[in-house]
Amino acid sequence: MKKRYLSVLGFALLCRVTAFAQTRPDTGVFAKHPVSLYSPVDHDTSRSTGYSPRALHIDEIDLVSSYYTQTGDHSPVTGGIGTQQVTDFSNGLNLNLVWNNWANNKNTLSLGLGYDHHSSASAGYVALNGGSKTGGTRLYPSVDWTVENAKTGNTFGIGAYYSGEYNYKSKELDVHWSFKTADKNGEFGIKLQAYLDKVTMILPSELVHPPATSQPGTTIITTASGNVEILSASGQVLSNTKSSLPTSDRNTFTAALSYTQQVSERLQFSILGDAVYQNGYLGLPFHRVYFIGQDTAVVEKLPSSRFKLPIGARMNYFLGDNIILRAYYRYYMDNWGIRSNTASLEIPYKITPFFSVSPFYRYYDQTAARYFAPYQAHSPTDQFYTSNYEYSNFRSDFYGIGFRVAPPKGVFGWQNLHDLEIRYGHYAQTTDLVSDVISLNLGFK
Amino acid sequence: MTRQTVKITAGLLLLIATSSCVHLKEYQKSRLNDSEMALTNRKAEKNELNFQSYEEAASGANAGKTGGGCGCN
Repeated sequence: MKKRYLSVLGFALLCRVTAFAQTRPDTGVFAKHPVSLYSPVDHDTSRSTGYSPRALHIDEIDLVSSYYTQTGDHSPVTGGIGTQQVTDFSNGLNLNLVWNNWANNKNTLSLGLGYDHHSSASAGYVALNGGSKTGGTRLYPSVDWTVENAKTGNTFGIGAYYSGEYNYKSKELDVHWSFKTADKNGEFGIKLQAYLDKVTMILPSELVHPPATSQPGTTIITTASGNVEILSASGQVLSNTKSSLPTSDRNTFTAALSYTQQVSERLQFSILGDAVYQNGYLGLPFHRVYFIGQDTAVVEKLPSSRFKLPIGARMNYFLGDNIILRAYYRYYMDNWGIRSNTASLEIPYKITPFFSVSPFYRYYDQTAARYFAPYQAHSPTDQFYTSNYEYSNFRSDFYGIGFRVAPPKGVFGWQNLHDLEIRYGHYAQTTDLVSDVISLNLGFK
Repeated sequence: MTRQTVKITAGLLLLIATSSCVHLKEYQKSRLNDSEMALTNRKAEKNELNFQSYEEAASGANAGKTGGGCGCN
């Protein structure tokens, strides 16, 4: 008899496990029930038909903020010499909305909005006297819709992106697919993108043709926002007008292919390859070049097309119970003569299952574009010329550390904040460009 | 980085790609499904990738931007 009482008591306790399960109370009509031996009677007749759409709900909200600071002395605005001091504060908000349709396929709508404010010392030297505006903002909204087949796990999606700043406008459209292998351990991905950009033709002030009405002996100052100021020989402002500056097109078409494979319980890798074609105005109109022995600048001149071919691979390995190896390698080539290697290794160490520390290191090198030469090193007979050190021969090192907290009860006990990540990195090029970046990511459910 | 290093890396990748993969059941993927194991960039890396694409000539094959935005100085 005692055994029967204990059995009944034990069964009753098992049925109440749900009360202490680590599941959030879900008040949705079609909320999933926690795993339990207890199964309540379902009074909702619509569920017995097998039709079980998931209502539209917010799946995740991510907020990423970064502060970036940079120094250097090879600005292309001043012909490969001069300050490259930049500070940038950027904020991005991403909202994921999820619902299931009539066929139980998962739909995800991602809405993004980014806002950057930067200050660039070299921008002041668009005007020869350094008087141009140094600050600027960039706004970049984005939208993406992806649908995932409930049976196969294959996806299809379309997206759009816009970026607007004082001298550059960009519109992007993309379409993407992914296909799982039969055993669902592998996945092919393809993404086709088209960027249709407009470059505002802001010239260095000394290269702006004087207005027909200007008097000899006057000084003309242009600003990045298109203002034209005419000063007399004594420094008096004669006129200040905002002209409508012409724009040039820059188009970028990308086909990005990927393959991901789960190799074992601890190892997975992906192979990535992009084919990128650009055409249009590929330089910037306020980048100066000084030829050998000349003190008068000309605007950099680059070919009107470029083909890029980067090929990369990622490999992640779970070592033991606490350490993860995240490795990446990329080889890059283009038809401007640049060859580049990028290799990085990040080693997240899980101090607890919900708190990890991730030191990382990234190596990068590149050869120079055939159109690059430093200050006063180009010949006037060169067909194309730039003194932008982005196209020079250099290597860089980037290292830092990240901290990530994602406890099941929420960060600081706040259930909605499920993920917090802070990351700091220090970057140094052999061109003497040095930068630091600190980023914060907050993930809300 | 030497040509030999590139060849060795490419060989290792080829070896992994052509090696027979174990058919994994869903319950065997607990480690692979760990958020730190995701074969993607971290969300906090987004702006790092942006500034690298502005200061370096190479870009792409990392799910980062290949065009658009930033008429940088």
